[in-house]
Amino acid sequence: MRPPVNREELLLRIQALEFTGIDLGLYLNTHPNDTRALADYNQISAALAQTRAAYEQAFGPLMNFGQSQSRCRWAWVDEPWPWEV
Amino acid sequence: MWVYEKKLEYPVRVSGPNPKLAKTVITQYGGPDGELAASLRYLTQRYTMPTSQAKGVLTDIGTEELAHMEIVAALVYNLVKGATLGEIKAAGMEGYYADHDRALYFVNGDGVPWIASYIQSKGDPIADLHENMAAEEKARATYEHLINLSDDPLVTDVLRFLREREVVHFQRFGETLNIVHDFLNCRKVW
Ligand SMILES: [Fe+2]
Repeated sequence: MRPPVNREELLLRIQALEFTGIDLGLYLNTHPNDTRALADYNQISAALAQTRAAYEQAFGPLMNFGQSQSRCRWAWVDEPWPWEV
Repeated sequence: MWVYEKKLEYPVRVSGPNPKLAKTVITQYGGPDGELAASLRYLTQRYTMPTSQAKGVLTDIGTEELAHMEIVAALVYNLVKGATLGEIKAAGMEGYYADHDRALYFVNGDGVPWIASYIQSKGDPIADLHENMAAEEKARATYEHLINLSDDPLVTDVLRFLREREVVHFQRFGETLNIVHDFLNCRKVW
């Protein structure tokens, strides 16, 4: 994968990875013994953590309440909010 | 507890102000088969589910529905954001405007406010899971009606994503119903 060029592109990558996590997570709730789905889930979970860290480094925290660090200054309340498109 | 993520589950774009479309889409915010009803239905039924798996399914789908509520809100917000009063009147949205301006409120397409009797919580897991499967099908049908009404391809794209999620949720609730059936059958004799 080539490096992301902008915020939108990195966000889209996070949305794609997290959507895979949502869908696989729901599937695993009713198919907990599917080892292939479990391996896929763990793989995207690691990729999501990496991509999220890269995003937060450049564009600020995706979560409050101690879930993400806000380096140097408090950036949680910076715009844009997700519905401001 | 819950933690907010500063992102949408699926990207939202609209082609421009379109209060006429917003007036119909808002039913998935505060209508009988909308995302608020879906989320609250599952999150309140989960406490009395008999198996750990079923509690997990209702917790997770109830949580995803909250993300869908935010997506619908983002659609409505952006469809009325730049609309003129003339456009709002032409869309038949002046009654809504009188009470709410361009703010979000939980109503259906005709302005009827959300009520708790849209949902049930029976304490009987078989009854509750059947209600949830029906709710997913009703939400799917509503999204299909909205897709038929949509004249904005960007909005239609988002509505298609939300429709597809209802299909997946229906499938997962059906599997959960089987799991709960098996559990109850080996524990109870009537
Ligand atoms: Fe759903």
